[in-house]
Amino acid sequence: MARIELRNLAHSYAANPAGPQDYALKPMDHVWEQGGAYALLGPSGCGKTTLLNIISGLLVPSEGRVLFDGRDMTELPTQARNIAQVFQFPVVYDTMTVYENLAFPLRNRGLRGRDVDARVREIADLLDLTPDLNRRGRGLTADAKQKISLGRGLVRPDVAAILFDEPLTVIDPHLKWELRSKLKALHRALDLTMIYVTHDQTEALTFADTVVVMHDGAVVQIGRPDELFERPAHTFVGHFIGSPGMNVLPAEVAGRRAVVGGHALALARGYPRIGGGARVEIGVRPEFAMLAPAGAGLPVRVRRIDDLGRVRIAKVELAGLPLAATVPETLSVAGEEASLLFDPAMVHVYADGHLVEGEAA
Amino acid sequence: MDKPVNQGAWLLVLPVLLIVAFSAIVPLMTVVNYSVQDTFGNNQFFWNGIGWYQELLDPTTDLGGRFFDALWRNLLFSALILAIEVPLGIAVALSMPREGWRVAATLVLMALPLLIPWNVVGTIWQIFAREDIGLLGWAVNRLGIPYNYTADPLSAWVTIIAMDVWHWTSLVALLCYAGLRSIPDAFYQAARIDGASRWAIFRNIQLPKMHRVLLIAVLLRFMDSFMIYTEPFVVTGGGPGNSTTFVSIDLVKLALGQFDLGKAAALSIVYNLIILAVCWVFYTVMTRMDSGRN
Repeated sequence: MARIELRNLAHSYAANPAGPQDYALKPMDHVWEQGGAYALLGPSGCGKTTLLNIISGLLVPSEGRVLFDGRDMTELPTQARNIAQVFQFPVVYDTMTVYENLAFPLRNRGLRGRDVDARVREIADLLDLTPDLNRRGRGLTADAKQKISLGRGLVRPDVAAILFDEPLTVIDPHLKWELRSKLKALHRALDLTMIYVTHDQTEALTFADTVVVMHDGAVVQIGRPDELFERPAHTFVGHFIGSPGMNVLPAEVAGRRAVVGGHALALARGYPRIGGGARVEIGVRPEFAMLAPAGAGLPVRVRRIDDLGRVRIAKVELAGLPLAATVPETLSVAGEEASLLFDPAMVHVYADGHLVEGEAA
Repeated sequence: MDKPVNQGAWLLVLPVLLIVAFSAIVPLMTVVNYSVQDTFGNNQFFWNGIGWYQELLDPTTDLGGRFFDALWRNLLFSALILAIEVPLGIAVALSMPREGWRVAATLVLMALPLLIPWNVVGTIWQIFAREDIGLLGWAVNRLGIPYNYTADPLSAWVTIIAMDVWHWTSLVALLCYAGLRSIPDAFYQAARIDGASRWAIFRNIQLPKMHRVLLIAVLLRFMDSFMIYTEPFVVTGGGPGNSTTFVSIDLVKLALGQFDLGKAAALSIVYNLIILAVCWVFYTVMTRMDSGRN
């Protein structure tokens, strides 16, 4: 069992950080609940791996505490934590057989004989490695090696959480699906906390119940996949999740009205005047911006229409600002002139990138 | 369809053939030629067949006795320095820094002994170990340990072994260090998560990665130490008595001191064949061990 709590955690690789720019990880508080399937999503260099290494104990954070079930583990070495980690590149001890690889973490912890054997066979069975048990680690395929890396984590009876650091990067695309479903099945079967680091939104959204989006060393949103999609808490989340990403347009917002490039549009919620020189933007996903015949809504100029198979996406310009919109199936576009209809409930207001809560009705 | 045959291509190989013949094959054949003849000077040669070889390989003769004594000394010397330099080199490589400015500093310091000309190394130790003016010899004697490499065979052996270790451990260490550097960090991190002890990490991660470079290190050190000449010649001149007379030193005495060209040539050929044979055995055994792991 492990409920992992991060208290006021921050990390800087510099000895004397002068300002926020020196932090690989900006101060954060977060709780990973026992048994959760989490994805840690963000672009390369956003601090995902740093956070993971702090949880597993490979790195001691420069500030803050890490608590497992209320016990302070911040300074404790990796060996003393009930956590396993799977790395981007599979780690397999070449000179050992698959069996010995799986037995390695147990033998290192002083287990011998039948305890080891039973456990190794159980895990090998779970991962479909039984036929390979007597083969050397060398010469196995990347996905088999990655399964062994994972198996060395699962085999330990004490493990309460498994951390994955972009584990499918070197796996063939058709095997990625298989391994990912395997992970899902393991998560359901074993009641383990799993934290899965990735920069691939599909991987994150299909694996996790809760997605933690990181940007520039900070957590920008934590939520279910549908929340991330429908209510991005930060324009970065809007951009990063969804394909194409959310349209973000500079706007003036007052009450239930936003003005974009000289055109007014209605909002579902009321907003106070946002002062203090903040950069005000509205964000709306292409899925909630519908192209319509000219005159029906905001006037736009159609630049291009991409047929993505399931949907058609139009690249349009609204008063010179580029955005993407969905083309309804029934609409046939002739010429450049068209208009745009927003779903008011799905138009969000951002100040300096952060979501501004509106007052409902 | 037959491939076109162009005999003119032989011409392209000819220059290499000529150079190799000029630099290696002809000189070697000259040695073979000397080894089956005897001479009494005046450039007059007499056919002796395999006589010199028979004498050389028979320990009861004067020549054979000398040869086998020197050969055992040589083998003992090689065994001792391998037994010291390989573990020591691994230990040094393991404790070398892995990042930062210290890496460059360490590498330069380590490479220093390798850059010194061999007779200079001999001269340094010849002086360093002297009991009257040498720092080492003087200090050891002041500690109450009798030490004099010009009179005592044990002192002489200790001196040349210490000198060889000082000179060549860096090579083993640098080779091992290169092997260690090729291990990705993830292996160490995974090992920590697996709860591996320091010894388990060495045994299962570091040693397998060093295996190939160690093969090269052992081969190089064996060949070099088995052919050693310059350093012991400068330090002890083969003495006291014959206690540090290795095969190469004896060979020079035979060829240039006594001018026994026939005997010296036969000795050269046998010496060469021994080195080749031992290297082949080392190589075969170690590559077998390697493939046996698969």
